[in-house]
Amino acid sequence: MNDFVPPHIDWAALSPIIVVLGAGIVGVLVEAFVPARARRTTQLVLSLGGLLGALVAIGLLWDSVQSNVILVVGDSFDLTPFGLAIQGIVVVLAFLSMLVIADRSGGQDAFAPTAAAVPGSRYEEEARRAGLQQTEVFPLALFSTGGMMLFAATDDLIILFVALEVLSLPLYVLSATARRRRLLSQEAAFKYFLLGAFTSALTVFGIALLYGFAGSVHLPVIADALAGRGDSPLAGLHVLAVAGIVLVCVGLLFKVGAAPFHTWTPDVYTGAPTPITGFMAVCTKAAAFGALVRVLFYLGQGFDAATRHEVHVLLWTVAIATMAIGTIVGVVQTDIKRLLAYSSIAHAGFVLVALVAFDEVATSAVLFYLLAYGLATLGAFAVVSLVRERIATDDAGAGGTRDSLILGEATHLAQWAGLGRKAPWLTAAFVLFLLSMAGVPLTAGFVGKFAVFGAAIHAGAWPLALIGGVASAISLFYYVRIIVLMVFTPASDEAGDGVPAAGAGVAGPLGAAGVAEPRGAADVAEPLGAAGVATVTQARPATRAVVTVMTGWGPAAVVVALCAIGVVLLGVVPSWVLDLAAGAAKFVP
Amino acid sequence: MTNPYVPVLVLMAVAAVLALGGVGASAVIGPKRYNRAKLEAYECGIMPTPHAVGGGRLPIKYYLVAMTFIVFDIEVVFLYPWAVNFAYLAAYGLIAALTFLALITVPFVYEWRRGGFDWV
Repeated sequence: MNDFVPPHIDWAALSPIIVVLGAGIVGVLVEAFVPARARRTTQLVLSLGGLLGALVAIGLLWDSVQSNVILVVGDSFDLTPFGLAIQGIVVVLAFLSMLVIADRSGGQDAFAPTAAAVPGSRYEEEARRAGLQQTEVFPLALFSTGGMMLFAATDDLIILFVALEVLSLPLYVLSATARRRRLLSQEAAFKYFLLGAFTSALTVFGIALLYGFAGSVHLPVIADALAGRGDSPLAGLHVLAVAGIVLVCVGLLFKVGAAPFHTWTPDVYTGAPTPITGFMAVCTKAAAFGALVRVLFYLGQGFDAATRHEVHVLLWTVAIATMAIGTIVGVVQTDIKRLLAYSSIAHAGFVLVALVAFDEVATSAVLFYLLAYGLATLGAFAVVSLVRERIATDDAGAGGTRDSLILGEATHLAQWAGLGRKAPWLTAAFVLFLLSMAGVPLTAGFVGKFAVFGAAIHAGAWPLALIGGVASAISLFYYVRIIVLMVFTPASDEAGDGVPAAGAGVAGPLGAAGVAEPRGAADVAEPLGAAGVATVTQARPATRAVVTVMTGWGPAAVVVALCAIGVVLLGVVPSWVLDLAAGAAKFVP
Repeated sequence: MTNPYVPVLVLMAVAAVLALGGVGASAVIGPKRYNRAKLEAYECGIMPTPHAVGGGRLPIKYYLVAMTFIVFDIEVVFLYPWAVNFAYLAAYGLIAALTFLALITVPFVYEWRRGGFDWV
């Protein structure tokens, strides 16, 4: 028997991931030993500190990775400029998400006191009275972030799969932890879990087929086998390779929410607590696109004309379907979280447009787009988490303090009417995020779309860029509709007895709901099927829900401000980030 | 030259014949003597009680059971191959396995401190 040769481990290259996962592990121990009063603060400091530490580590690694790729743990993990850039984007966005998660505007955070209790049970009520809170949210988010960082930095399919699970499993749990509308949240988590587990199985099957084809799970070796240099007994079977590539891509496209695999997105984004929705929408998408780019571009080096054509057919179909569904179905949404979910589907389609190019121009475009999209979307979800319902009793002030009456988020679009008058600054920021998503010049979204469509045209895929342009124009319609609703429509609760008199004309179908039921008054009062659609209340004639906006500089408000600044900066002076992205768009220095 | 996968195919065919044949044969030649106890949902000799008020859902805190399972069961699954290759992997394997043990102690400690082992 040969002597065992331990694999070489470059700890410095692994340090960003180790710091984040280490902070998560310490977070679990904090849950075990720190008294309940101090847990929240400790967890917050630990999470933010861990993410900052990871960012510093990425910054220190940046120069050394530009000159040579660092191979870690027997080639299964190699740190390229691209992988490091995706890690950087994920860490920055996770840091901002963590601040939104920590936000307690209105006196409560967005998470259930005991997520494991049966919704509506006496036990849950007791836990809420006792003021319990689940600070496990922080380590879970950290574990997920660690998985995302690993996801984009490996070219070993087994590690890719492990990273996929590490990033997904905490997200399934986190989706189920919304403080209000518990059943909807649990339904979302269950849907996400079942579909996620199913696509994980497809991914593993794809990996198995690729292993059968190439005799290795290492991407460069598979690329060699595709180019006809493999020594596996099945190396001639290109069908096997194409089926494997398609199945692995299905798993990754599910995570980015691309079109035939997008169906979970609206339900999960609606049911999950809003801070977690923001985290999922930006960080998961960035990491999954990182992995997708990596898998496709590595394997693309070995494609012959036929295989390249087959993969192109897949990508074109998915990209067109994603843009079409994201924009067209988004037009008829009446719930702000659902609408942002469809918007994120459309954005996934725009990024896919660049992917057909398989070159470095496309890679840098993807990086820039992910950052621009991430800042705008995270900011938008932070705003959503601050627009709340408040119970307005007829004898106001008699029952407890005003803070205790603040309920969950006002997500129905009709409730957003006239927001500009209630909270001008927050509305201005939200308008900015929407304009950036629509791709209006002088915002980050414009530069991102320009780069993405430019990369597609550069690669000769101009029809795809054209469809992307049309889809952007359609999506502009629903973004502008919200802007009109917020800025130019009077609020429904200002227009008399909760009848949206003026709102109905502009808002069309949205105006119909009027004053929505005070959701979350009994936490589970809403039936399961009414996903996101507010039902008009019949009970409680003395109370009605009034939309109120949390003002003041809570962490979420800080995130809104930071994202707004980022969106403007990336839109007005994009060159330095574009240069950075161009420098990072290298797999082989 | 025969395809090396032919034996696998034959094995799958034999397995299918055995499985389907068993079900089919017992349906055809098996004795069928039904009575009331036999037709109950649980054939255990005790009358089933009606559902509990409120749907009968119990908060069993399944996640604690799942964590215990992971800690004690998965731990052994991963330690077993290490034990088999202990001499070959030498110091590297020892350090790796001890790191793994330290990491899996973290959820154990969490569960213990949060009352996961207080069964009564």
